[in-house]
Amino acid sequence: MSSPETLPLLLRRNAQSMPEHPAMREKHRGIWQTLTWSEYWTLVRGFALGLAANGFRRGDKLAVIGDNRPRLYAAQLAAQCLGGIAVPVYQDSIAAELVYVLEHAEVSVVVAEDQEQVDKILSLKDKLPRLRLIVYDNPLGLAQYEVPSLRAFDALDEEGRQFAAAHPDYVDEEIDRGSADDIALLAYTSGTTGRPKGVMLSHGNLIASGEAFAASEEIRARDEWLCYLPMAWVGDALYSTVLSLLVGFTCNCPESPRTVQRDLRELGPTALLAPPRIWENLLTSVQIRAADASPLKHKIFEIFRDLALRAELRRSAGKTAAPLMRLGLRLGEVLVYRPVRDQLGLARVRWAYTGGAPLGPDAFRFFRAFGINLKQIYGATELCGVAALQPDGEADPNTVGRMCRGIDVRISSDGEVLVRSLGTFKGYYKQADETRQTLTDDGWLRTGDAGFVDPRGHLAIIDRAKDVGKLADGSPFAPQFLENKLKFSPFINEAVAFGDGRAFVAAMIAINLETVGKWAERRGVAYTSFQDLSAHPAVRALIRDEVQKCNENLPAAARIRRFLLLNKELDADDNEITRTRKVRRRFVAEKYKAVIEALYGSADNVELVTDITFEDGRKSTIRSSVAIDTADEVQERLMEPAHA
Amino acid sequence: MSPTPAGSGDGGADAAQLSAVAVSKHFGGVCAVDEVSFAVGRGEIVSVIGPNGAGKTSLLNMISGFYRPDRGSIRLEERDITRCRPSEIARLGVARTFQNIALFSGLTVLDNILLGRHVHMRAGVMASLIFWGPARNEQVRHRARAEEIIEFLKLDDVRKQPTAALPYGLRKRVELGRALALDPKLLLLDEPMGGMNQEEKEDIARFILDINAEWGTTIILIEHDMAVVMDISDRVAVLDHGRKIAEGTPKEVQHHPAVLQAYLGREAVAMEARA
Repeated sequence: MSSPETLPLLLRRNAQSMPEHPAMREKHRGIWQTLTWSEYWTLVRGFALGLAANGFRRGDKLAVIGDNRPRLYAAQLAAQCLGGIAVPVYQDSIAAELVYVLEHAEVSVVVAEDQEQVDKILSLKDKLPRLRLIVYDNPLGLAQYEVPSLRAFDALDEEGRQFAAAHPDYVDEEIDRGSADDIALLAYTSGTTGRPKGVMLSHGNLIASGEAFAASEEIRARDEWLCYLPMAWVGDALYSTVLSLLVGFTCNCPESPRTVQRDLRELGPTALLAPPRIWENLLTSVQIRAADASPLKHKIFEIFRDLALRAELRRSAGKTAAPLMRLGLRLGEVLVYRPVRDQLGLARVRWAYTGGAPLGPDAFRFFRAFGINLKQIYGATELCGVAALQPDGEADPNTVGRMCRGIDVRISSDGEVLVRSLGTFKGYYKQADETRQTLTDDGWLRTGDAGFVDPRGHLAIIDRAKDVGKLADGSPFAPQFLENKLKFSPFINEAVAFGDGRAFVAAMIAINLETVGKWAERRGVAYTSFQDLSAHPAVRALIRDEVQKCNENLPAAARIRRFLLLNKELDADDNEITRTRKVRRRFVAEKYKAVIEALYGSADNVELVTDITFEDGRKSTIRSSVAIDTADEVQERLMEPAHA
Repeated sequence: MSPTPAGSGDGGADAAQLSAVAVSKHFGGVCAVDEVSFAVGRGEIVSVIGPNGAGKTSLLNMISGFYRPDRGSIRLEERDITRCRPSEIARLGVARTFQNIALFSGLTVLDNILLGRHVHMRAGVMASLIFWGPARNEQVRHRARAEEIIEFLKLDDVRKQPTAALPYGLRKRVELGRALALDPKLLLLDEPMGGMNQEEKEDIARFILDINAEWGTTIILIEHDMAVVMDISDRVAVLDHGRKIAEGTPKEVQHHPAVLQAYLGREAVAMEARA
């Protein structure tokens, strides 16, 4: 069966074939409000008419900025109905990033969620000559604004009604003019290096990628999906918009970012995609709650957790559990595993994916051990966010799975992963040079990842190709692998490992303020700030133990020898990590040059001067002397085989 | 986006929403408030500042009816409320928050805010028990208003949590929410930012401005953080030892010699004069 070839055609089909089926739900004022496919179509069509009344034409670009809201999704589809291009932007972008993207994409209409986002756009208006219209969803606080180009969502709807009187079939005619090769989405990569690039994805790209995913996983129209990931991330476009249009399942928008965890539990989605960061946070929250429980409950949790982890290791080695173990697991299911899944809101999840960046093997095994079908997925913005995934029964923390149907993989002579599929992007917007560097003449995408295909046919990713290095003695050094190991500790939030061309591995570590703060409270350690807590000797000792634990499972050469605790968290506003929380290694290496030299010197402390940027763009400097710690030699003993 | 004050300047008696004329309050031999006259126009944000023990809270207590003035009179719009009970004054549209949080700690955030709507509840015991028809519609209406306030104050993630479990800054916000639930025309805030960190203070300042802009609510604010007071107030009244020593725009008050003296002492004033 061949699907319609553009997203608006899919929407129109759903409105006809399942008009009463819920397309979207939004939690508003504490109650889930449903929008059926026919209502959703009416909403999109009405907004498209409003856009048309304001002169929105084929090829025009509409940006959305805000949290996941049905009207922001609808606005994107409305633009696509008219042959326009949707440009979702990260809602926490600071002004300088925003102005770059909106200007580079030549955006003419911005749909903003609320006053906060409107204020941000209005402050940039002078720098955005092409911007003609700003539409807002939530009118709170905006009633008294007198800006001619600023309009409420409902007001635009009204203009659309008037336009429709003169042009009743306008939207349908424009939809029929669309083709699979039209660009549907301009997704700006967060980019660990340099300026963001606008990835052009066509309707055909997105639909082909959605179908490739759907061919591997069973997706049902009755599925419940939680839309909580940034709309600017291509993963949200694919899994929320495209898959839901293809299959008809329901997209649920949480009430606000603050309520996601509560809404997740209330809703009980049947599938969940989350970046490693979220899985790490969920794991940390389980660990905190276990530690806060009464000693008896804590003991029970530990016993069954260890049992489940042992069983999971046997399962992944292809062995079945012994009868006694099976009995224990059944008991654990009632006492521990099911309640934990329920508390996390994962009780109904048939499959769960982690993607976007590698998740540490320990965290991965933890969720699988607790009965959550967590699997790896691999993709890139340039591939609409999907290339490989792990089918049921083949989950494995060390690979990213099999290529999806119709997607080919090849390893280049220097070890880089190359991918070719119908979802391969149409190029970077206005950056032909970068496109040529990324796309080979015969259509293969250079992913920039170093990897290999294992005997089973699973793709395994080692690290970013440019990050993989060698220590001075020639042993390989894969920083991300070590950082993930460190981040498995609930006390460590971020880590950056160094070692390329050096004699040993060193690391900068940012503590997790919440868990370390709680730990400090329990021990009566007083502190005033992140900086203060990080510098406390007791905290340094705590993290030293965590580093030691991590070292015990590493081959001798890969062990972290010296490290220090940063006096602030790594922050996307300071350019240290991307909005999707990947470390911008080159930038960090440059910014912390003096610190890194000190790590490889002999001094016991270093003067750490860091600039911090506030959300409104103000800058300030914090300055402190930070102690450098040295990890003890690990007692040699039988070790697990290394993963990298 | 600052609203235009309805009664600007010293607030003429006819335009004023609230006016106090020469009110005094004694506790035994202590004179807490001494002949203070004070008017607030519709839609204004007016701050009352002064050193500890200056009589700020006593003044607020007289407006909300908790204390009865020994002398003087207080009018709310056309009505003399000098002798009114607190419940009557609440019914007239005056809501307040307290310096020390006064919430029902065992109840959820939502229930605490719903309680703030009690003056608007009409249904009798029997009708509420049967929970049908008007009583039911009324309940739905109150819940909708409470949810609107929850959204406004960004309390959606804690609406079902008992207030006892919340951090201090959030409890202060819930108290503000409960006062808002009364749909007040005049809102009295007694140190809404006391004990908060800078970020929490900025949030509350934003909420105060938004409440004023969105619903046109008149606000009388007692606050110690001068930066905030000067930022958000249309006018400032300064009390010292129970007497009003100055009143005017934030700028006027900041440079008023009597204010400098009350806050900083004589020497500082002399230094200021030399500088």
